[in-house]
Amino acid sequence: MIQAEHLCKNFASVTALADISFSVSEGELFGFIGPDGAGKTTLFRLLATLMRPDSGAATLSGYDVVKDYKQLRLITGYMPGRFSLYHDLTVEENLRFHAAVFGATVEENYELIKDIYSHIEPFKKRLAGRLSGGMKQKLALSCALIHAPTVLLLDEPTTGVDAVSRMEFWQMLKNLQSHGITILVSTPYMDEAGLCDRVALLQDGQILSIDSPARIVARFDKKLWAVQSDDKHMLIERLRSYRPIESVFAFGDSVHITTVNDELDETELVHFLTAQTEEIHITTIKPNIEDCFLRLMRKN
Amino acid sequence: MPTLYYLLQKEFIQIRRNKFMARVIILVPIVQMLILVPAVTFDIKGIDLCVVDLDLSSTSRELVNALQGSQFFKVRRMTFSMQEAQNQMNRDEIDVILHIPTSFERNLMVNDAASLQLLINGINGALAQTTLVYFTGVITEFNRRIVMEHIVLKPVSASPQIVTRTRYWYNPELNYRIYMAPGILAILVTSIGFLLSGMNLVREKEIGTSEQINVTPIKKHEFILGKMIPFMVIGVVDLAFGLVLARLVYAMPFVGNLLLLVGFTLIYLLAVMGLGLFLSSFANTQQQYLFVCFFFMMIFILMSGIFTPAESMPAWAQQVNQLNPAAYFIRVVRMIVLKGSGISDVGWDMARLSLLAISTTVFASLKYKKTIS
Repeated sequence: MIQAEHLCKNFASVTALADISFSVSEGELFGFIGPDGAGKTTLFRLLATLMRPDSGAATLSGYDVVKDYKQLRLITGYMPGRFSLYHDLTVEENLRFHAAVFGATVEENYELIKDIYSHIEPFKKRLAGRLSGGMKQKLALSCALIHAPTVLLLDEPTTGVDAVSRMEFWQMLKNLQSHGITILVSTPYMDEAGLCDRVALLQDGQILSIDSPARIVARFDKKLWAVQSDDKHMLIERLRSYRPIESVFAFGDSVHITTVNDELDETELVHFLTAQTEEIHITTIKPNIEDCFLRLMRKN
Repeated sequence: MPTLYYLLQKEFIQIRRNKFMARVIILVPIVQMLILVPAVTFDIKGIDLCVVDLDLSSTSRELVNALQGSQFFKVRRMTFSMQEAQNQMNRDEIDVILHIPTSFERNLMVNDAASLQLLINGINGALAQTTLVYFTGVITEFNRRIVMEHIVLKPVSASPQIVTRTRYWYNPELNYRIYMAPGILAILVTSIGFLLSGMNLVREKEIGTSEQINVTPIKKHEFILGKMIPFMVIGVVDLAFGLVLARLVYAMPFVGNLLLLVGFTLIYLLAVMGLGLFLSSFANTQQQYLFVCFFFMMIFILMSGIFTPAESMPAWAQQVNQLNPAAYFIRVVRMIVLKGSGISDVGWDMARLSLLAISTTVFASLKYKKTIS
């Protein structure tokens, strides 16, 4: 469905994409995970035909992003990272306008957007600029879908959206998959990686790893411990100075650590730490996908 | 072209909702017509005069009375000291000093000739020129009267005279407002076509909506037309509004063909919009565009001949004006509105402006990309 080979893009002296290759099969929900500045937006703009690659090539549904951009625009739905609908048009006007310029009507494709649009339909007379973040995102997705595209490119759709709306949004994407739409989505949130069929970890314009979330987790080759304490800040600092430690990452209310030789003398560590901090809990845990990504990024 | 229809529909909804734009479209013509036209008038009334009358004869007094009686001069001071008069000129309290030397009357009677000294503040050259013209007019009239009076005394000098009666065409009363109003109309049309339309275009980029628009199958020419047509409509509507205002407030005549004026205005709008489109492709924010646009607008308008006749500019400036759409527009608007010039009179200007319009638009369309660089 989507084939990208050796895509490169530079801006002046900055390399945004350095040799990106991947393929996505039809109906797949494929995620690009990476920190800000990893090159996610550049990659999506290339695929959305807004930019041309310096070298390399990509095809969507067999259409080349440079040569066949006209046909490509008909079959792709693109949702930019920044809200890009007209603030001064109402919800309904935005939707009708986006349908009209693709030569479609809202009525003929209503089935496709029903699940999403029904959330905002009560506000259809409201100006798009006056919607909340979650509602804007649903409107943008509706507009990207209203011409019934076969590929959806969603650039950081959940950035700046509350946790509940984020979960709702991913549920909507799962539903769209059942319509046979291939979905490419990027996100800076690692916890969303587990919701994709396959994910690519992007850093500094390079793909560090591509696989299903389960297989990425299975490839984690170290033992992992979670350490908890009241004063997390102090805990991290002390852990970093503990010699057998290899990596220290903060995760919510605990700190995940690995050691150089995969062994940990818990009593010795507690002893080492208690000079500064009071309550210490150490448990062995199974890695999640974030642990894997942080480890991959650290290795790089 | 259904896509163009939807684009225009969208554009008009947005313009209608944009309170700033709505105000600009209605208020700018009113403000420009009511405030700018009288403000930029070169009509000179009440030039401040200081009289240094050292003669104090009946003739010198008659002369001063004649000056005071004309609407152009106001005698602010009378003094016997040239020094004091000059001090006043330095303080900018007066513009002109009339120095009547002693024995002015006697020279006139005995020698048939007498001299006067006139000192004019020449900082504003145009004002000084006009002052001299007015003054000469008063003196000529005064001279003629003296000659007439003396014919009785000296029948010998009853020689034939040539009397010139001057009539000014197209603006018989030399009403400066009637001259300025069409020029101000041209500024109005320029600000809509050049400033507003360009800003509207950059706004899509600034807010980010162009990113969404660019992935749609909208064709480049449809998008550009969708942006240009609304402002052409607004430009022509505002032109009509301004013409009505000028008619009502300044009794400006409209002797030309309205359709010809509208046609010429549309060509002009295309020229400035094409340039606006071209410049907007370099700007990422409305502020940036505004700055660049102002720079060009200043040059266009100051060089256009709106205030000073373009024919008196240096040769190189007149060459540059060949590329200045505002120069064509201001000249032709005045010709059509005040002189009633027809297509045969403005045809050559129309052809050249059309060429300019086509080149800017084509050039801008080539430069405009539906992609991010």
